[in-house]
Amino acid sequence: MRLSGAAIIVECLKEQGVDTVFGYPGGAILPLYDALLAAPILHVLTAHEQGAAHAADGYARASGKVGVCIATSGPGATNLVTGLAAAFMDSVPVVAITGQVPTSLLGRDAFQEVDITGITMPITKHNFIVKDVKRLAEILRYAFKIASSGRPGPVLVDVPRDVQTAHAEFTPAVPSEESNAPVPAAQAQALAQAAAAISQAERPLIVVGGGAVTAGASREIRTLAEKCRIPVVSTLMGLGAFPASHELFLGMTGMHGSKPANNAVHAADVIIAVGSRFSDRVTGDRQRYTQGKILIHIDVDPAEIHKNVDTHLGLVGNTPAIIAELAAACKAKNLAGWQAMLEKWRNEASFVYREDTLNAPWIMRHIAAQTADGSYVYVTDVGQHQMWAAQHLAIEAPRTWLTSGGLGAMGFGLPAAVGAQFGVPDKRVIHFAGDGGFKMTGAELYTAANHDLPIISIIINNNCLGMIRQLQHVFFDRRYTACALKPVDFTAFAGAFGIKAMVASSPDEFAQAFALALKTTGPVVIVANIATDDLVTPMTVPGTGVNQFVSIP
Amino acid sequence: MKHVLSALVQDQPGVLVRVAGMFTRRGFNIESLAVGRTHIDGYSRMTVVVSGDHSVVEQVIKQLRKILEVVSVQLLSDSPSVTRGMALLKVNAGERRSEVLKLAEVFRANVVDISEPTVTLEITGDDEKIRAFTELMAPFGIAEMVSTGQIGLKRGSATIYQFRECGYYEQNVL
Repeated sequence: MRLSGAAIIVECLKEQGVDTVFGYPGGAILPLYDALLAAPILHVLTAHEQGAAHAADGYARASGKVGVCIATSGPGATNLVTGLAAAFMDSVPVVAITGQVPTSLLGRDAFQEVDITGITMPITKHNFIVKDVKRLAEILRYAFKIASSGRPGPVLVDVPRDVQTAHAEFTPAVPSEESNAPVPAAQAQALAQAAAAISQAERPLIVVGGGAVTAGASREIRTLAEKCRIPVVSTLMGLGAFPASHELFLGMTGMHGSKPANNAVHAADVIIAVGSRFSDRVTGDRQRYTQGKILIHIDVDPAEIHKNVDTHLGLVGNTPAIIAELAAACKAKNLAGWQAMLEKWRNEASFVYREDTLNAPWIMRHIAAQTADGSYVYVTDVGQHQMWAAQHLAIEAPRTWLTSGGLGAMGFGLPAAVGAQFGVPDKRVIHFAGDGGFKMTGAELYTAANHDLPIISIIINNNCLGMIRQLQHVFFDRRYTACALKPVDFTAFAGAFGIKAMVASSPDEFAQAFALALKTTGPVVIVANIATDDLVTPMTVPGTGVNQFVSIP
Repeated sequence: MKHVLSALVQDQPGVLVRVAGMFTRRGFNIESLAVGRTHIDGYSRMTVVVSGDHSVVEQVIKQLRKILEVVSVQLLSDSPSVTRGMALLKVNAGERRSEVLKLAEVFRANVVDISEPTVTLEITGDDEKIRAFTELMAPFGIAEMVSTGQIGLKRGSATIYQFRECGYYEQNVL
């Protein structure tokens, strides 16, 4: 059949099983919006294009499907940039479709023209500008394949306005299923060496990263850990890949990792890292990180092996299959000495939850307890509350913890929560933000209200940019600058969108507010007032050893 | 240490920017980069000279392979290979023209243009030969100079096509 470019885009979206897209219209993308009108695809109009990009990202993280966002040329496209970068850093499959000025005007600095493929080259897995409508379907199908295969990532497809209105022959096609590639035979030797190293290890440790969640390797990791009694730590991105309540779980590792987890990383003689790219926030000093230990690195991306740390054995490819083979080949060993060490660190680090005043660790633990029996997805923004949530929420299942780890983009939380709520409508999204981050993209309450999304937004309100203040407190001799925030009436703000908001200033008030929030069916905001000077502990100094904790003055 | 890499790439718009951008972004040091067409339509070949230790080169190769248009990457400098570059030098020969021409002959440089005060020479060879010739010409006064990046092939019957891991563009998806 002969279709317009815009209709071809819609057909390709349908082919890929896309049910929801997030976007914001503009002149150069109007032909596509016209074609979307009759399509069985829900278009979610966000308050800002950045919201659309983060929403597509949150949708993808929560559901495992490809998230789609649409924006117009020029400012619409540039507003996607932070969202695409966040998805790129955390390897999230997103397809962004942008309008562009007609091909006849390209390069002439036309109204709302920007070179968005040039701008997004370093923050997308790949990008395209489609100059011939005959290639549009092929490129879109390819974009979805690139976004979702191997190590996922965002792909941008820039479509000039005249390509959307031009016509071409369209032949429907069924997307091919990803085949689960077997472990290459070439790796048999490395696999045997890895299994031998794990079997002989005195102090083995598994580090799970975001790739473990993406690859769906939870079951295999658990089999390996339980068979050989190997303790497990998680990076910020890996939370949920291994259940926090499991007796072998030691907590999060990294700059704000728990003492047992970071000490274990330091003391381990064999580390099995699954889908971690060894970010500087995870390793501290990269040289020291691997000293005196064997590092076995399992990842889908060969370029991650040896990129940041010296790996002794790199296993590349289908992560669950590799771990399953490792688990089958490894022999359990008596690790009583190691377990005694871990137990000692655990006991030393037992956290005392203060109940005299409202504080974030208590809030996180309270919410974890109140939501333990249900289906919830926890989405955070960036900053102190993010670390408190990571430390105290006790995430049990993969894809229920969504956070901007790599980019650390403030403003990610609320729009990502909106996207996640569309991606997994049978689960309820609980969103956390600081007062700073909430002010960045809080206007997406508009989107939540429009669709009556049952998101519970918790604003950890300390009237400051808490993480900035904390860094100035520790590393700049308490010279606080540009971090104090004047109080904002967030209840009035939520009210402007017709959203119910409650304020809590004590644990009792919070417990009441949260119980009420759980009973509501639409969006609800809780402003939790905490002290300005609360700090996230423990904390290591960036660039030092993972076990070098700061003593905070 | 210097390494010579050869990459077979799909001749798509922007492929040069993508490759060059990757090098800058990741802080790899490129000494030279040469791009040109091959005997097969739709493919270009890039020769990149990078400096760094072995782990740097390994990472460069892996990062190159992640770029979708890159079909195949071959390390030329790990086994016998031929590399060549070309330079054009406009020398202020003046009254010493015969001296310049004699030296050019020794280096098998061709004269491509002569004017009253200058001689323009074309020299082909590996990096060292071009550098040596440039140093010899310097005392005469080099008015201007331009050079290409190095290009290279493996010796013997081996080709970059035998290193292809993927049949075509569409499958080269990491």
